Amino acid sequence: MKAFIRETSTVAVVPIVNCDTDQIIPGRFLKADRAQGYGQFLFHDIRRDADGTLDPAFALNRPDAAAATILLVGDNFGCGSSREGAVYALVDHGIRALIAPGFGDIFYNNALKNGLVPVRLPAPVCDALAAHLAAHPQDPVTVDLEAGQVTLPGDLGAHPITIEPFARDCILRGLDEIELTLTHLDQIEAFEAARIAANPWLGR
Amino acid sequence: MTPPRTMFAKIWEAHEILRHPSGPSLLYIDRDMIHEGSFHAFADLKRRGLKPRRPGQIFGIADHYVPTTGRSAAEAASPAIARMIDTFDENMDWGGVRHFSLSSRQQGIVHVVAPEQGITLPGLTIVCSDSHTSTQGALGAIAFGIGQSENAHVLATQTLWQTRPKTMRVTVDGALGQGVSAKDVMLALIAQIGAGGAGGHAIEFAGSVVRNLSIEGRLTLCNMSIEAAARLGMVAPDETTFTYIRGRHYAPSEQEWDSALDQWRRLPTDEGAVFDREVTLDGAAIAPMVTWGTSPEDALPITGRVPDPASFASADKRAAAARALDYMGLTPGTALEGLAIDKVFIGSCTNARIEDLRAAAAVLKGRKAVVPAIIVPGSTPVRDQAEAEGIAQVFRDAGFDWRQSGCSMCAAMNGDVVGPGERCASTSNRNFVGRQGPGARTHLVSPAMAAAAAISGKLTDVRRI
Repeated sequence: MKAFIRETSTVAVVPIVNCDTDQIIPGRFLKADRAQGYGQFLFHDIRRDADGTLDPAFALNRPDAAAATILLVGDNFGCGSSREGAVYALVDHGIRALIAPGFGDIFYNNALKNGLVPVRLPAPVCDALAAHLAAHPQDPVTVDLEAGQVTLPGDLGAHPITIEPFARDCILRGLDEIELTLTHLDQIEAFEAARIAANPWLGR
Repeated sequence: MTPPRTMFAKIWEAHEILRHPSGPSLLYIDRDMIHEGSFHAFADLKRRGLKPRRPGQIFGIADHYVPTTGRSAAEAASPAIARMIDTFDENMDWGGVRHFSLSSRQQGIVHVVAPEQGITLPGLTIVCSDSHTSTQGALGAIAFGIGQSENAHVLATQTLWQTRPKTMRVTVDGALGQGVSAKDVMLALIAQIGAGGAGGHAIEFAGSVVRNLSIEGRLTLCNMSIEAAARLGMVAPDETTFTYIRGRHYAPSEQEWDSALDQWRRLPTDEGAVFDREVTLDGAAIAPMVTWGTSPEDALPITGRVPDPASFASADKRAAAARALDYMGLTPGTALEGLAIDKVFIGSCTNARIEDLRAAAAVLKGRKAVVPAIIVPGSTPVRDQAEAEGIAQVFRDAGFDWRQSGCSMCAAMNGDVVGPGERCASTSNRNFVGRQGPGARTHLVSPAMAAAAAISGKLTDVRRI
């Protein structure tokens, strides 16, 4: 996992509430090997017209949004299917952080495992940011995971990032969770032995 | 004296190996169910030189990509889809994982097969890289969906780091009216609390309606918990649960039964335990439901009308409704009943168990579908049972295409799709844009409502049939 300390970028706005992971990456692309790169599938069907041409009105298709590594998205972003391909598509496209009032729980966990930082900000703050960016699309936002705050443009100020300390630490250091967990292998084995002994049908 | 605890708390605390000083718990995972999408997790294990640590507690079932018109990868809709099934088989063999292959008589949709085979049991922690793992909480388990990074973690360690969710009790009292099912309860709940309404919460379903539901109905309730953004759904185990489990293949043996029962009877939430949120529904007030938009929260009684986007409270919701109506090809004020449909799909981990098929057959008996309709049983055992009960013949006589089991037109990854612009009455769980195929227009309904739509060619109030 690529470590994340802080990121300053312009922000692309995808203001869809309940944007499910089928919108982020349609199911038919999930057969692809990760080595092919999932960025090409990001928002595949909603950033294109029916004939396949890119819709110039969709945020990510606008020339001024091409360099954005931070997305402002609608509430309950990433709801629905557990497909981690949704996170792969965002990461492979170059997105490093997301800002929304809330995220789908499974998507949120998937994002953390891939170093994609999901920042929850209150809905009125997200609305104010969207309004500001509509007038000043080139204004940057800084997501500073180390300092634990996100700095918004204009007079919108700085806001704390309420990410779990454990996840924050893993992402800051680019830690591998499986390696970390295996350092607890003795405890896992002892727990497991007692559990199987009490529930012998589990081990069959 | 320990304070009263919720069922969720009891199961969670019984699986905590340790608590990290900075928050999450390392949870022991009793069962990991895996399907074709696990190829990312297996690639990860192979890169690390690791193998599944506890292969006996992992169960592999191909369901997302399998053909419903045949029982071999060679009959898949495309070579790329066939490759997904073959890769899965190869990974199961490589990992030494118990595996219900396509030709197995136990194959089916993972969340149908797991309870059916006794893999799902009260008091367990169960994960699967599929959001509808919440289904399995219906037997009194903590069951939740994960991604492939977490799946790799479980395969490698049989554990997961998890932050404890809050709890929500959903109490459905009263009694359901005729023609109203667990599916309608969930669509009514999601319409009430919103598609994000249970975010960060574990739901326990309670109340007289829930107690009186069969295991099949409870599985449907818990299945759609995720559509309200819940981390998981669960129902306290009771005599209905124990009767259902006894004798199933992976359940405790007769010699172990009393010991298991003794543990399971201690699982239900203690009197006086406090939930972070309480939601109540009057079961008697719930009508057969149908969705009009592109989120499961866009649900109304069949007697309702397509809403006017201007009627929604927030700008976000107004924009979402306008987008949804444009996609669905609907005009505000149109009566939902009578809306012409092009296709019917009865299937999915939500509604493809034997009771669902019986409900559909009761409506279809002696009648004919007037639009193309397919029915995909949730598992091969469900299919066999439907044949034995004579229900399969009802479907064939009604002109339904009677398929082999799999996720089919719900996930729409195996080539079974709804065409662009086509309107489908579907017993699945998601009416998302493009979910059933690019441009597909999905109306979520119960099996009985889907059957009623098939014979009239229109969305129809099943209570009038």
